[in-house]
Amino acid sequence: MKKYTFTEKKDTRSGFGAGLSELGKSNPNVVALCADLTGSLKMDAFAKDHPERFFQIGIAEANMIGIAAGLTIGGKIPFTGTFANFSTGRVYDQIRQSVAYSGKNVKICASHAGLTLGEDGATHQILEDLGLMKMLPGMVVINPCDFNQTKAATIAIAAYEGPVYLRFGRPTVPNFTPADQKFEIGKAVMLNEGTDVTIFATGHLVWKAIEAGEQLAAQGISAEIINIHTIKPLDNSAVINSAKKTRCVVTAEEHQMNGGLGDSIAQLLARELPTPIEMVAVNDSFGESGTPDQLMTKYGLDAVNIVEAVNKVLKRK
Amino acid sequence: MASTAELEKIVTQVRRDIVRQVHAVNSGHPGGSLGCVEYFVSLYFEIMKHNSAKFSMDGINEDLFFLSNGHISPVFYSVLAHSGYFPVKELSTFRKLNTRLQGHPTTHEHLPGVRIASGSLGQGMSVAIGAALAKKLNKDNSIVYTLHGDGELQEGQIWEAAMYASGKKVDNLICTVDMNGQQIDGSTDQVLPMGSLRAKFEAFGWDVLDLEKGNDIASVVATIKKAKEHTGKGKPVMILMKTEMGNGVDFMMGSHKWHGVAPNDEQLAQALNQNAETLGDY
Repeated sequence: MKKYTFTEKKDTRSGFGAGLSELGKSNPNVVALCADLTGSLKMDAFAKDHPERFFQIGIAEANMIGIAAGLTIGGKIPFTGTFANFSTGRVYDQIRQSVAYSGKNVKICASHAGLTLGEDGATHQILEDLGLMKMLPGMVVINPCDFNQTKAATIAIAAYEGPVYLRFGRPTVPNFTPADQKFEIGKAVMLNEGTDVTIFATGHLVWKAIEAGEQLAAQGISAEIINIHTIKPLDNSAVINSAKKTRCVVTAEEHQMNGGLGDSIAQLLARELPTPIEMVAVNDSFGESGTPDQLMTKYGLDAVNIVEAVNKVLKRK
Repeated sequence: MASTAELEKIVTQVRRDIVRQVHAVNSGHPGGSLGCVEYFVSLYFEIMKHNSAKFSMDGINEDLFFLSNGHISPVFYSVLAHSGYFPVKELSTFRKLNTRLQGHPTTHEHLPGVRIASGSLGQGMSVAIGAALAKKLNKDNSIVYTLHGDGELQEGQIWEAAMYASGKKVDNLICTVDMNGQQIDGSTDQVLPMGSLRAKFEAFGWDVLDLEKGNDIASVVATIKKAKEHTGKGKPVMILMKTEMGNGVDFMMGSHKWHGVAPNDEQLAQALNQNAETLGDY
C-alpha cells in the first residue's frame, strides 16, 4: 500500500475560495455571485479584490441562477456560491431551463454538502445533489477530495465551456493531493494499485478509502484505490479496466446510494462488465444534528465501513 | 423610422402567421401571442438596435430581448423571421419533429434570435438582469428588454428579481408586463387577484409607466420610447401594458379560452379573412 501523508487538514471550501481568488487575478471574465454566504463559501477575498465583478444577490437563489445565466450572455464566466442544498434542490428548475437546457457557461459551486455540515441538521445536509445534477443533460459534476484538488478543480472549470456543478464541504480533511497536480475533468486518479478489490471513492470518502486500504493491507488484502473526482462524465475506462483486474468493487461517497457515484458505477458495470459491487453510502435516509465525525460513524461512512464492504464483496467474487 | 402604416402591415401579417402556425400543428398559444403583436413589431422594427443578419449570442453593443412567458412563441418566431433572423418559410416547421422552432423558445437547437430557453415561468427577469449587468461590465450602453405575462407574476422568482433590480440599480432594463388579465384557468382576478401592479412595482422601487393601449402601435412605440428616456437614472423601468388577448381575431378576443387552443379549419379561414395578407404568407 502506497503511503499517503499530509501536513495539515484543511476544508475543501477554502480550496474553492483560493481557486476563485486566483481566477480573479488571471481571468477578467470570471465573475462571482453569492446568496448571503460569502464567508461560508470563502468568497470574501474575491469580493474584496474585485468588487465590480462580485454580485451579492441576497437570499434569493433562484434569482442568482437566472442572473448567472444572463451574465454568460456578454461573455462572463459566472461562479455561483451557496450551500449545496440551495445550489441544487431549491433551484432545480432554474438550473434545468436557464442553465442546462440553455447551454450556459455557469459554474454552480456548492459548499456544506452532505452529513459533514454537522450540527445544522438534515434541512441543510443535502445527500441528493449529485444525483439531481448528474441527471441533467450536459451537466458536468465534480466532487473533489481535499483542499488542493478543490482549488485545482475550481481553476480547471473556468477553462471548460459549459455548465458545471462543483461540490465541496465544510469540515477540515487531510490535504494530501500534490499542490501541483493538474486537474483533468473526467479523469480518475489512481491512488493505489491493487489486485484483490477496487475501491472507487469520491469527495470526503477518498481519505477514508486510503485509511481503509491501510487496514486491508494489514489483513493481507490488496486494494486498488481510485479517486473519482468527476462523477459525470465518468471515467469509464478507468472503472472497467480496474474492475477487470480485481473483479470486485466497493464504492464510497457522502451521498444517497440512490443517484450517487455507486449508482453510476453499477450502471456502467452492469452494461459492460457485470461485477460484484458493494456501496458505502447513505441508504435512503435523512441526516440529523451531530458532529461531522459522529454522523459519519452513525450513517456508516467510515473507513471501517469500507473495510466491511470489501470483506463482503470479496466473498461474492 | 417606419411609418405607423408600415408597422401595421407587419402586424397583420404576423397575426396571420400566428394562427397559421398554431392551426398547422393543432397546438400552441394563439391568444397571448395575438395580444402582443404590436409590442413585438414595435420592438423589433422600430425600437431595438439589433443585428438580425449576423446573430451573436453575446449581442455586444446590441439591445437584447428576453421573452419570459415563452408560450407565446408563435408571435416571437414570426417577428424574428420577418426581422431576418431566419427564413420566414421555417415558420412552417413550428412544433414539428426536428424543428428549431420548439413549442417554447430555446437556444438548444440554435435558432438565431433566441438567447435563453423559456417556458417554465418566472425566470426571464433574472436572466435579463444578468445580461444587463454584463452590459454594464462591458461598458456597453445598450438596453435589455423583457416581456412577461401578468399571470406569470404569480411566480415568486419575479419578485426576487424585481427586488434585486431596484436594490442594485439595474437601470439599463425595461421590462413589460402583458396585462391581458387572463390565464389558463380563467381571469387573473378569479385565479389569484394581484391587486395594483403599479403599486407593487413602485413599492419595489421601479419606475412604472402605464401603456393603456397595448394594441395601438403608435401608443406602443411612443411608450417604449418614453421608457428608454427613463433608463440610466438609477431605477429599472416597468411598462404595464394593457392588451386584449386574441386581438385582431374577433372570436378569440377577451377570453382565456384561446390561451392554448388552436383554431379548426373554419376558424382559421375566419381569422385569415379578418387579417389580409400583406407581406406574403410563408
